[in-house]
Amino acid sequence: MSDFVSDFWNLYVIVIVLGSILACAVLLIVQGKATFTPGKTMGHVWDESLEEYNNPMPKWWSWLFVITVIFALVYLALYPGLGNFKGMLGWTSVGQHKIEVDKMDATVKPLFDKYLAMDVKAVAGDKQAMEMGKRLYLTYCMQCHGADARGAKGFPNLTDSDWLYGGEPEQIKETINNGRMGMMPAHAHLGADTIKELANYVRSLSGLPNDSLLAAKGKEAFQTAGCSGCHGPEATGMQAIGAPNLTDKVWLYGSSEATIIQTINNGRQNKMPAWKEFLGDAKVHLLSAYVTSLSQGK
Amino acid sequence: MSGTQTTYNDKVVRQFAVMTVIWGIVGMLVGVIIAAQLVWPELNFGPWLHFGRLRPLHTNAVIFAFGGCALFATSYWVVQRTCHTRLWGGPLIPFTFWGWQIIILLAAITLPLGITSGKEYAELEWPVDILITLVWVSYALVFFGTIGKRTVSHIYVANWFFGAFIIAVALLHLVNSAAMPITLTKSYSAYSGVQDAMIQWWYGHNAVGFFLTAGFLGMMYYFVPKQAGRPVYSYRLSVVHFWALIFTYMWAGPHHLHYTALPDWTQSVGMVFSLILLAPSWGGMINGIMTLSGAWHKLRDDPVLKFLITSLSFYGMSTFEGPMMSIKTVNALSHYTDWTVGHVHSGALGWVAMVSIGSIYYLLPKLFGKKEMYSTGLVTTHFWIATIGTVLYIASMWIAGVMQGLMWRAVNADGTLAYSFVESVKGSYPFWAIRWLGGVLFLTGMLLMAYNMFKTIAGGKTEDMPVIAPAGHHA
Repeated sequence: MSDFVSDFWNLYVIVIVLGSILACAVLLIVQGKATFTPGKTMGHVWDESLEEYNNPMPKWWSWLFVITVIFALVYLALYPGLGNFKGMLGWTSVGQHKIEVDKMDATVKPLFDKYLAMDVKAVAGDKQAMEMGKRLYLTYCMQCHGADARGAKGFPNLTDSDWLYGGEPEQIKETINNGRMGMMPAHAHLGADTIKELANYVRSLSGLPNDSLLAAKGKEAFQTAGCSGCHGPEATGMQAIGAPNLTDKVWLYGSSEATIIQTINNGRQNKMPAWKEFLGDAKVHLLSAYVTSLSQGK
Repeated sequence: MSGTQTTYNDKVVRQFAVMTVIWGIVGMLVGVIIAAQLVWPELNFGPWLHFGRLRPLHTNAVIFAFGGCALFATSYWVVQRTCHTRLWGGPLIPFTFWGWQIIILLAAITLPLGITSGKEYAELEWPVDILITLVWVSYALVFFGTIGKRTVSHIYVANWFFGAFIIAVALLHLVNSAAMPITLTKSYSAYSGVQDAMIQWWYGHNAVGFFLTAGFLGMMYYFVPKQAGRPVYSYRLSVVHFWALIFTYMWAGPHHLHYTALPDWTQSVGMVFSLILLAPSWGGMINGIMTLSGAWHKLRDDPVLKFLITSLSFYGMSTFEGPMMSIKTVNALSHYTDWTVGHVHSGALGWVAMVSIGSIYYLLPKLFGKKEMYSTGLVTTHFWIATIGTVLYIASMWIAGVMQGLMWRAVNADGTLAYSFVESVKGSYPFWAIRWLGGVLFLTGMLLMAYNMFKTIAGGKTEDMPVIAPAGHHA
């Protein structure tokens, strides 16, 4: 595809670039032919004492100038620069990137393919594979889930045994491959009183201090206001849609009454990006094994 | 001309010269603060004093307040002396001084408040941009008006550079700042996407080329031969390197956008012209340093000459480094690292600040009716502190920059990154501490200069000097 809307601009660029480089050369040659009188001044005096010698330009300097001009012309013959002319080497920055990526991919492919043939749980037990997995994690995952994989507000902890979408190797792999869209709808329409009751009920489920009168009312509302539709009648969550278990002690956004009220009022939206296209099967396989290994024994 | 104006207008030169030192201290103090914030992040207090807002304040203050005042002061002094006439322009002259000071104050207020157009080195919002345009047009009228009524036929080389700097900066400012205002404090750029980026770096690199290079070369061409008491080395060299420099700089901007969405051909053109720029840049260094040929002994006990010649050495070094960094494969390592920051400061501290400091030290005693500065020893001390500070700054940023570039590209056998980004941040701390120390030294030198300046001014007379008649065979 051309970078130009018409062929005029292609010609314009070529003419003006070559013309400008040649103008530098002409300037140097024409001025170099002046008559020089080394050690003598030009005969002008400003401000009592300012004068100029009529010395020639240093030869090495003129040659330096000439060499850069020649280099420019050679470079523009070899590389893209003169409008639509692609250069004799056919080089592009996109092409260079592709060559480097392909080369690296070819080098590391056997390393990853070895593990692709193995079961995720078996890979999770392989020491060398887990070292590679950790490096992948530190390159692609730690920005959100943290260097220690313990997560942060809004970013799940990967080292515990609580899973929003399931902790089986296939489920982890699905999460990494295609990403997840977490969505808790806003419930401000329930009114401030009901929301405060629900918050107290939710806190009672995980044994946090609460107002038992409000919690009792909240328990009723939980079944009638739509909460149980996603979180289940026992509030233990539903992994198929990523609805969290509300009866454990794990809180993605925080457990204070104010935070829970905010969550119910405004809802929450969360997103785990999809990595399949970017990383490819083999790396996702290894990362699935690494994430599995993080919560093993818990 | 009427013949009644028999003195030079040095009042405006005095005003700008004093403010050069004051704004230098302010701008470099902000630089020291943001350098400290990088080493000790807990020094980021609230939104107004946060690194993200102080950094543009630092760049604006040192480039346009310190550098700008130095250029106004020296160009007004030089154009009068070398045209053998009083400054033209009447009320436009004080307007350029007060207008420029108001612009600086507005920058100091709006940038910490977060009012910014987001364009590097052109952050000020549209109302300030309009005021800049008015002051700059007045500056051009005063400068070229004075050239127009010169009493000598030949225009001295320093004025070519000052003139090119004034015209080019007007062009750059008008094109790059074009924007659609939405409110009094918010506007949107007239350009979008990669074209906006290209225009921004066409502006950005020429701000370096014309504001920070051509303007200060004008300064160099007057104060170096004056202080050395020797003729300029080669008139012909000044002709060739002047035209080649101002012509070639205009092309070099794309090297700031290597390996981006900018088309490959544009990147190549930017790179080859950046390389061609090496010889024209060095022309100025050669002409300055060779002017001293035959008078090298003067360097031994003249601190003003020390400042001027050292500035040319740093100028030569950074204008060699610049073309090298514009080569795509070198840029792949250096881009986005502290190497760039070091390169900029070898130009900013080593060249721009040192040539300005030397020139202002030349001017101050003459402007305030003294034979010499209050303390020549303090000037020498200032020189050594500034030189050590600059070297510490540049060397630490070289090491940090190359280290960062190598860490970011290092990969393990399995193709994963050997270092996370934050590890390169951690590795940079010692060098950031050294850079901060270099900045503290440079600032300390400026404080000595301020003390020396006020002691020199104290009890001085500020009588305007009579216009000198041109040399006989010359008019």
